[in-house]
Amino acid sequence: MAAKERAIPAPGVNPETAPFWAAAKEGKFLIKRCTACNKAHWYPRATCPHCMSETTEWVESKGTGTIYSVSVMKRAPEVYAIAYVTLDDGPTMMTNIVECDFDKVAIGDKVQITWRPTQDDGPPYPVFKPA
Amino acid sequence: MSIKGKAYIAGAYEHPTRLAKDKSVAQLHAEAALGALRDAGLTKADVDGYFCAGDAPGLGPIAMVDYMGLTLKHYDSTDVGGCSYIAHVAHAAEAIAAGKCKVALITLAGRPRSEGHSGATPRMRGADAPDTQWEFPLGVATVNAYAMVAARHMHQFGTTAEQLAWVKVAASHHAQYNEHAMLRDVVTVEQVVGSPLIATPLHRLDCCVVSDGGGALVVVAPEIAKSLKRPLVKVLGAGESIKGQMGGDVDLTYSAGVRSGPAAFAEAGVKPGDIKYASIYDSFTITVVVQLEDIGFCEKGQGGRFVADGNLISGVGKLPFNTDGGGLCNNHPANRGGITKVIEAVRQLRGEAHPKVQVPNCNLALAHGTGGLLGSRHGAATLIMERE
Repeated sequence: MAAKERAIPAPGVNPETAPFWAAAKEGKFLIKRCTACNKAHWYPRATCPHCMSETTEWVESKGTGTIYSVSVMKRAPEVYAIAYVTLDDGPTMMTNIVECDFDKVAIGDKVQITWRPTQDDGPPYPVFKPA
Repeated sequence: MSIKGKAYIAGAYEHPTRLAKDKSVAQLHAEAALGALRDAGLTKADVDGYFCAGDAPGLGPIAMVDYMGLTLKHYDSTDVGGCSYIAHVAHAAEAIAAGKCKVALITLAGRPRSEGHSGATPRMRGADAPDTQWEFPLGVATVNAYAMVAARHMHQFGTTAEQLAWVKVAASHHAQYNEHAMLRDVVTVEQVVGSPLIATPLHRLDCCVVSDGGGALVVVAPEIAKSLKRPLVKVLGAGESIKGQMGGDVDLTYSAGVRSGPAAFAEAGVKPGDIKYASIYDSFTITVVVQLEDIGFCEKGQGGRFVADGNLISGVGKLPFNTDGGGLCNNHPANRGGITKVIEAVRQLRGEAHPKVQVPNCNLALAHGTGGLLGSRHGAATLIMERE
């Protein structure tokens, strides 16, 4: 049987980010892309962090990527892995790696998005599992 | 306008406590302030500028200025986490150079040990910060954010756990002579890599201590420094910058030190090879390796080799560092190690470090740190000082 997973606190949704979390409830993983410089970014912002244009739009990500770095937190009630994943769509995002062997999870591993419920009836949270 | 030669560090004081269950945070700030003013040979009536960061209780500098009964012409509560106080010295020098004040007091204090803080516990850094909803729920603590930097450094450059361990080994060699250090036992590479893994690949002995305490500095105008009885420690140059995730172009292999370091060396007109002693923020062993590369003591990716084999041990290696035992062994008050970095550099320049770790003819020293999380977003500050 799989070990108990760490509970994820609900994210603090705000007007700028509400569309992401609404889509998350539908199982859709959105990222932001700038229509001025055509570059995607993470975490999602109304204003592009690359060119400062205000013309950013939500686009659905394929939700696949590669682990850029990962650390397994041993000193916690439930062991968990924090990581950066570079999406095939471009940006690198901080996330958790779940449903993996914590002794083997490594930089370079291919991963795909999955979702976890959050506390206090919060929206589902994007995490990644081995592809 | 440059700050080179426009200000001097006249007072420096590290509070001796490492566990302050019987004191308040405001009290620790004031005790540290008094210690630094006494060290300089000044009184509170001389102070006309005050600098503090987020560890000061209350709104910015207001509550502590009122608590200590200061009358000011200038204040600054720049908060970039643990390296704030290194930046404060530079900001104080700027203010002095611009004629805004003549005697600037900088204080830090906190009691995370009494309050049971741990770098392994996820900590919210501002509920309204734009990154919080994307990261806090993931369990980003302090140690695992730095651990991701270590993991990437190992993957990309072949850095080993044993090389990182040498940073702690060097700190422990220095801490054995510091009667106030929390950890005074000399440790070996084998003991470091044999200690429990906290967040892979970092072990318990790769992590700094959690301590109560504080420290203070007094930065003064040249004419005041020359009227006092203390050795003259001149501010030569400084640099500061901030680095984050660059909109998703994440690169954990370098810090904002790539900008703060060269800026400080350019202003000071010296090179890394000229530095006799370096205080390098050692929240974790990996922090030291990345920063040494970024500010120019070795090539990017070579930090592991640079710190190995005792190269950071005073009297043994090429670059004596953190001769008080650093955050890894001595003290990390308020979970912010910047002020102790400046204090030990001042001791070295005055020739007042412990005789076993004092660098001979130490006339040029550097203090450098990062604040926030190296693994997500952080500030960096570099300061170069000269014994006149």
